Amino acid sequence: MTARQAPGIGTVTGIAAAVRSGEISARSVLQRSLERVADLEADLHCFNVTTAEKAMADADAVDRLVGSGLDPGPLAGVPVALKDNLCTEGIPTTCSSRILAGWIPPYDATVVSRLRSAGAVPVGKTNLDEFAMGSSTENSAFGPTRNPWDTTRVPGGSSGGSAAAVASGMVPLAFGSDTGGSIRQPASLCGIVGVKPTYGVVSRYGLIAFASSLDQIGPFAATVADAALGLEVVAGHDPMDSTSLDLPAPQLLASLSDGVSGTRIGIVEDFLSDVSPECGEAVVAAGEALAAAGAKVDRVTIPELLLGLPAYYIIAPAEASSNLSRYDGVRYGLRVDGPDAETMNARTRGEGFGPEVKRRIMIGTYALSAGYYDAYYGQAQKARTLVIRAFEAAYRNFDVLLTPTTPSVAFPFGSKVDDPIQMYMCDVCSIPSSLAGHPAVSVPFALSPEGLPVGVQVLAPALGETVMMRVAASLEAAAPGQARGPVTP
Amino acid sequence: MTEYETVVGLEVHCELATATKLFCGCRNAFGEAPNTNICPVCLGLPGSLPVINRRAVELALRIGTALNCTAQRSIFHRKNYFYPDMPKDYQISQYDEPINVGGFLELPDGSRVGIERAHMEEDTGKTTHVGGGGRIHEAGYSLVDYNRAGVPLVEIVSRPDISSAAQARAYVDELRSILVATGASDGRMEEGSLRVDANVSVRPAGAAEYGTRCEVKNLNSLRSLERAIGYEVARQIALLESGERVAQETRHWDEGDGRTHALRSKEEANDYRYFPEPDLAPLVPDARLLAAAAEGVGPMPAERRRQLSELLKTGPEPAERRDGSTTDQVVTVVELGLDELVHGAVTAGADPHLSLARAANEAAANPDAAKLLDPIAFAALLKMESSGQLSATQSKEVLAELMTHGGDPAQIAARLGYEQMDGAALDSMVDEVIASNPEEWRRYRAGEEKVAQFLLGQVMRASKGRANGKLVAAAFVARRGV
Repeated sequence: MTARQAPGIGTVTGIAAAVRSGEISARSVLQRSLERVADLEADLHCFNVTTAEKAMADADAVDRLVGSGLDPGPLAGVPVALKDNLCTEGIPTTCSSRILAGWIPPYDATVVSRLRSAGAVPVGKTNLDEFAMGSSTENSAFGPTRNPWDTTRVPGGSSGGSAAAVASGMVPLAFGSDTGGSIRQPASLCGIVGVKPTYGVVSRYGLIAFASSLDQIGPFAATVADAALGLEVVAGHDPMDSTSLDLPAPQLLASLSDGVSGTRIGIVEDFLSDVSPECGEAVVAAGEALAAAGAKVDRVTIPELLLGLPAYYIIAPAEASSNLSRYDGVRYGLRVDGPDAETMNARTRGEGFGPEVKRRIMIGTYALSAGYYDAYYGQAQKARTLVIRAFEAAYRNFDVLLTPTTPSVAFPFGSKVDDPIQMYMCDVCSIPSSLAGHPAVSVPFALSPEGLPVGVQVLAPALGETVMMRVAASLEAAAPGQARGPVTP
Repeated sequence: MTEYETVVGLEVHCELATATKLFCGCRNAFGEAPNTNICPVCLGLPGSLPVINRRAVELALRIGTALNCTAQRSIFHRKNYFYPDMPKDYQISQYDEPINVGGFLELPDGSRVGIERAHMEEDTGKTTHVGGGGRIHEAGYSLVDYNRAGVPLVEIVSRPDISSAAQARAYVDELRSILVATGASDGRMEEGSLRVDANVSVRPAGAAEYGTRCEVKNLNSLRSLERAIGYEVARQIALLESGERVAQETRHWDEGDGRTHALRSKEEANDYRYFPEPDLAPLVPDARLLAAAAEGVGPMPAERRRQLSELLKTGPEPAERRDGSTTDQVVTVVELGLDELVHGAVTAGADPHLSLARAANEAAANPDAAKLLDPIAFAALLKMESSGQLSATQSKEVLAELMTHGGDPAQIAARLGYEQMDGAALDSMVDEVIASNPEEWRRYRAGEEKVAQFLLGQVMRASKGRANGKLVAAAFVARRGV
C-alpha cells in the first residue's frame, strides 16, 4: 500500500501567523483538524481521547483575543496533540495502560500549560506503548496505532499516536516523550521531524515518568521550522522540575536558515553496517548533501556508542521499576480488591500492567537487588559514563554527528512483538544521546524502495540545539519532498 | 553467671519544624483534618516531581553543626518498598552519601556518644488499621492520612557507644534539648516529632565482638525507651544464659505488658533496592547554606554547662551547701535556658553560686517567667540577700513577686515589710532570746553546736523571718566568745 501526499492542515508557523493576523479563525483551523481526525481515526487510531468540545472553547477564546486586538501567542490557534503520558487537568491521562484507565489528573503538565498560554489548542491525547515502553505502539492496552504511510505497518513508538497524527495531517504539531528514541524513531517511521531536546531543557513536571534520568518531552511536526517553534514555546526553566536547566528557552528559528557553511559534521560509521541498506545509504547521502551545502563532512568511529543499548536496558527498567511502584491500587486508577493490602496490590498490578511493562519492572527490580546492583546497575552506569566521554571526545572535532535514526523502515505489525530483543534493537542508534542527555533530531530524508520514509538523525552536544536544528533545516532543504508527511493512508 | 555489658545504638527521627514539606509547598502541620495538607507532589501523583525545601536543608545542616558533624556533598536515594502510607511506594532518603557525618554528643555526665550520621529524608503518611487490634494483617480495613507524607525528617544515627538504658535516656533527653535549641524541632515525642528506634545487644564484659542486635521500635517516650532497653537487655541475657541465641530481628515495644515482641518476619524481609534519586540534584552545602545554618546555632548545652561551671569558679565557694548539688543545678539551669540569666546576674555583681541556686530552684519553678527576668533586678535582689538585707526566705518571696509582676526588688521588699533590720534591733532580739533560754544558751556555750539551730530559730520566729540568718548566727558566735 502506498501513501499519497496529503494537503494536511498547513504548517504551524503558517496557521499561527494567519490566526494572529485575523486572516483565519482558530475555530476554522480546529474544525479542519477535527474533520481530518474524524476521517482517519478509525483507520489509524492515533488518539486515546479527543477533546473536541474543550478544544472548541479554547479556539473560540483565541479568536476572542484576536478580535479584541490581543495576541494569543506564538502558537495562536494551532491544534496540538499530546501524548497520553502528559498530565492534562480534567482530561483522562492513561499512559495507554489499564492501570490508569479513568484517572483524571488534577493538574496540567508544565508543557501543557505553556502550550495553552501560547495559544495552542489541544485536541486530544495520543496513543503510546504502555508507559512509553516500546517501539511500535503495539504495547498499548487500547490497541495499536497504524502508520499512515502503510496501515499494515507500525508507526514506531512509543510516541506512535503523536507521530501518526502529525504524519496524517490531523494536527500540525504534537508532543511526545523520548526516553531512548520514543520521539525520533516514530518520527523517522512516519516521515516527519521529531526532536529530543537536551535533558533539562523542557520541564518534565507532569510527564508521567518512565525513566526519570532519560525522559524528555519534545515536538513532532512536518517541518523543521515548525518543530523548532514548538520547542521554543515549551522550553525554558521550570522551578517545579529540579532537573530543569536554569536557562531561557533556546532561540532556534532566528538562525534556522543560516546554512551549514563550515559546520563540522561527523558521520558515525559504527551504526552504518548493522542497519538496513536504505537507512545507511540515507545517512551517506545526507552527508553528501550537507557537504554540497558547504559543511565539512568527515567519518568518525565511536565504538563506545554500541555500549549504549545494553546499558540503557538496565538503567531504564531500573528507574521504571521504582517509578511504576506507585500504581498500587491504593490512591487512584485501577484497584482489584483482595483480602489484604499486599494481595490487593499484587492483583491490581497483575491485571493492570501489560506484559512488556511487567518484563521491564522485573528486569529493573532484579538489576537493583542487593547483591546484583553492582554487577548490573553499577556496570550500566559505568557504560553510560563511557558513552558520555566518547561523545565528548568526538565533539572536540565535530559540531554535530550524523547517524541513522532507526535500523529499518516501518515494520509490519507482529513482526517483532514476540521478540523483545529485536524490538529493543530499534533504539540502538537513538539511545546514546539519551544516555548522554544530548539533543537529537530525526529528519525525513529519503524513501525506501517500498516507498516508506527513511529518517536521518542529527546529534549534537548538550545545548547544541541551535546548530543541530540548522543542520536539520539544511537536510530538509536537500531532501526530496515526497519523503515527508503529511500523507493520507 | 557471666557479667554482661550492654551495647545500644539509637536512631532518632526528628521532624523538622519547617513551614512547608520537604518537596512541595504543603503546610507541615500536626493534628489537622486528615488529607487536607496534600498536593500532587506529596501524594506522588503520576507526573509530579520533588523540589527540595532549602529551609529543611538549612535545619539539617544546623543539626549537623550542633552535633559536631562534618557537612558534605550529599545525594538522595530512593528506598523502595510497598506500603499504603507511602504515596510513591518509595521513600526519598539519603543512603551512602548523607549530608552530615561523624559527630558526637556530649552528655551532662561528661560522656560522649558518637554520631555516625544525620541524614535527610521524607516522612510517610499515617495508617490507622481499623479492627483486628490495630495490626495490618488482622485489620478489617485501613485508613491513610497523607498529611504527614513528605514532612522533612532528619535521622540521627548514633554509634553503638551507649552502655545502659539510663544513658540511652540521657542521650535522647540531651539530643532533644539540642534539637529544640537549634530551632530544628519542637521536640515533642508524644506528637511523633521525635521518634526513637533502639538497636540493643549484649555481650560478655570485655568481649571484642558485638552480640547479635535487635531493633526495638515503638518507643514513644523517654520512659518507654528506658524500660524497653532494660527489658530487652534482660531478655537477651536470659537467652544467652540458658544457652540459646539471640535472633537478629525487629521487635515492637508494648507499653501495656512491658515487653518487646518480635514482628512478623514478613514485615521486615525487605530489599530496599536503593538507587540514586534521578529527580533531584546532589546537595552541595555552599557557603550561603552553611552560613544560614551556622546562624541559628548558638553554643550547645554541653558548652553552656561548661561555661556555667567556669562562671562558678569566679565566685567564693558557698559557706554552706545549698539545696541540691551544683552539677544538678548547672544541668537544670542550662536545660531550662536560664543560664543567660545567671551570667547576666553575675556580670551585674551577684554571687555566682547564689545566682545559680536561685535560678535552679526558685526561678526554675516558673521558667517562662524566669526567662523574662531582668538580670540586673535579679542581681540586685541577690546582692540584698548576700549582704544580709534580706533573709533567704524573704529573698525567695521577693523573687516570686519579681517573676510574677516585675518591679524593683528593694521596693517589693519594702512593700512586703522586709525593711532592713538594723544592727541594734537584731542585737536586742538576740539578747532577748539568750535571756529567755538560759539552759540552751548554757549548752551552746558548752560546745553543743546543734543547739545553735534552736537559738537561731527563736530569733527568726521573734523577727517574723525578717532577721538575716547569717547575721544572727554571727551574733551568737560573737557572744559565745565573749
